Amino acid sequence: MTAEALPVAGTRSLRGRHLLGIQGLTQEEILLILDTADAMKEIASRPIKKVPTLRGRTVVNLFFEPSTRTRTSFEVAEKRLSADTLSIATAVSSVVKGETLVDTVLNLEAMSPDIIVMRHSSSGAAHLVARIGRSHVVNAGDGLHEHPTQALLDAFTIREHKGTIAGLKVAIVGDLFHSRVFRSNAILLDTLGAEVHVCAPATLLPPAIGRFGVRATTRIEEAVDGADVVMMLRIQQERMHGHFFPNTREYFEEFGLTPERAKLAKADAIIMHPGPMNRGVEIASEVADGPYSVILEQVANGVAVRMAVLYLLAGGGEEQAA
Amino acid sequence: MKLLLKGGHVVDPVRGLNGPADVLVEGERIARVGTSIPGDGASIVEVPAGWLVVPGLIDMHVHLREPGQEHKETVATGTAAAVAGGFTAVACMPNTEPVNDHAAVTELILRRAAEAGQARVYPIGAVSRGSKGEQLADIAELKRAGCVAISDDGRPVATALLMRRALEYAGMFGMPVIDHCEDSSLKADGVAHEGYHASRLGLRGIPAAAEALMVERDVTLADVAGAPVHIAHMSVRGSLRAVRAGKERGVRVTCEVTPHHLVLTDEALEGYDTNVKMNPPLRDLADRDALIEGLADGSIDAIATDHAPHHYDEKLVEFDRAPFGIVGLETAVALVFDRLVHAGRITVNRMIELMSVNPARILNVPGGTLAGGAPADITLLAPDMPTTISAAALRSKSKNTPFDGWTLRGGVAATIVGGRLVYVNPGAPGAANLEGRRVAAG
Repeated sequence: MTAEALPVAGTRSLRGRHLLGIQGLTQEEILLILDTADAMKEIASRPIKKVPTLRGRTVVNLFFEPSTRTRTSFEVAEKRLSADTLSIATAVSSVVKGETLVDTVLNLEAMSPDIIVMRHSSSGAAHLVARIGRSHVVNAGDGLHEHPTQALLDAFTIREHKGTIAGLKVAIVGDLFHSRVFRSNAILLDTLGAEVHVCAPATLLPPAIGRFGVRATTRIEEAVDGADVVMMLRIQQERMHGHFFPNTREYFEEFGLTPERAKLAKADAIIMHPGPMNRGVEIASEVADGPYSVILEQVANGVAVRMAVLYLLAGGGEEQAA
Repeated sequence: MKLLLKGGHVVDPVRGLNGPADVLVEGERIARVGTSIPGDGASIVEVPAGWLVVPGLIDMHVHLREPGQEHKETVATGTAAAVAGGFTAVACMPNTEPVNDHAAVTELILRRAAEAGQARVYPIGAVSRGSKGEQLADIAELKRAGCVAISDDGRPVATALLMRRALEYAGMFGMPVIDHCEDSSLKADGVAHEGYHASRLGLRGIPAAAEALMVERDVTLADVAGAPVHIAHMSVRGSLRAVRAGKERGVRVTCEVTPHHLVLTDEALEGYDTNVKMNPPLRDLADRDALIEGLADGSIDAIATDHAPHHYDEKLVEFDRAPFGIVGLETAVALVFDRLVHAGRITVNRMIELMSVNPARILNVPGGTLAGGAPADITLLAPDMPTTISAAALRSKSKNTPFDGWTLRGGVAATIVGGRLVYVNPGAPGAANLEGRRVAAG
């Protein structure tokens, strides 16, 4: 299979040069990425999991924050598309010598990469890089802002199980305040017509939650009741500098997804988690490992979705159109 | 030496003047204002039609950065920016390095200001030593050295007890305490107004209550102390409510707002431009409208720029890592004209009260009027002149403005300090006949 042979893109392409967030994507663009990911997923089932689509292209993975699954997922996606890849983590970069983000990126840009995949602890950092550089930028998570490929892989997984997203009740429960996964999902699921219910302690609900297009509650039972999809979010202890809740034991008692609470959802509801999980804090192991859990499928689908994004940003859709 | 400004439209709220008049300057002072004043050997300047002649504008809240951060601004560049912005005097905050908490720093600032020979400079001393919020600074010494007020600006006065003592002690010397109102624990590591935009953009919020709580505290303490408190750069309606309530019961409280809080809202955060990062942050539409209402009805006393120069490199970073603040001296008049006066929200008379009369009154400094005997500090304004803001062309050493490229109606035509024409806007129609009279910086 080659890029030219991909059956999905047709004359469709992304309008922007970068993927900085779900904000700004149209419904058509989101569906284009999901449709392209469908074709990409097939590659993973082949004996030789590689296509020449991005041969000769250079992708830099610039990770200023610890990450295992997202970085690995991007690297696998890039390698399957035959891109030349370079992964930089802050611990070994010039940042530890005091170099600014802008200088780091300008130096990398001087080596003419095609795509920069970037994770950073500051919201908007990917926007800054997109402004100053020439490469396509893929936001792999910026601060508390967005994590667009996670939301896309979540949507892809939901669609695989439910056939559609429109009309579903999706419950998102957990540390919404610190969650870029929530912010991206709220926009994406709303754009595709899902009914999003969110739940968190009042201390972990983002300010102005009423304007996010979601229904918010502080009772998990209410959010989960009748849900088609239950998406649990990690308690991000490393970002907690305030008094958000007394302790993890009390958190689990009030907000954790126990088997009893999971039963409130529809009988065929799927259970999702972007990982890494805190077992016994936001989710019980019986639920995480249970029959309705699609948590590892999310990981597998992440590769296909990221392949689709890289392919489309590198001009895949346009090549098809030509 | 005599200078006669002939044929301008004079606005002097203190004397109730708002019409055509001549202004005669003798030496460093105003001699008289009246119609058809004879030349009598004076150097005559025909004021172009449409220009306003007003008491020199006073910016009661600027950061000149010298000593210690001269890469951002110096007293010389800051006062050059001031006169280009129509300000004949500025009051500079003490958060220099070292902090202006003793006479030596005050004296250095005043010496630099005299050497620059542009705008007058009124230093503001620190409330506490090092602005650390622990011990009172040497306030009497600061007063003797030339400070006109005290403030720990950049930080709030840390505790209620220190604030009470500062009010009581400084009150003896007739010095107001200017407070940067912010509950630090509630602000935490916030970088933008806590509202929808910051929330969606993943920026940690600074709640409106962080400011309003401290304003409530300060109003209460000013009442206890019977001394004047001035609320710096007020940004939320909760603060305005507290000030109004204080004024109603006779508390000696005054307050200021900045042009950027009157023009922009937190919607400007979209795009993560670090030039919209300021403290207090840009607030929401309801706050902005409330502030404008407060200007019009007299609840707010002054417009001050909070001119906060930062070097280009310091702002070219991730949003949460950038320093707070924007430059304001050279953009204030055009913004106020365009968005407030021409928009019908305030009159020119009120604008001059807010930008000249009241700052002089609050700080107990000369100026704020064109009365005979007052310093000949005069600003010439061209209300209809198109002004395009160019960051690159600013006289300030720093260019951190979110208004780059904005075209506004109204601007500064010329600035006279102590009878000396120190600035002429070459772009002002009719300015050519003034240019030859400009006095070079000393």
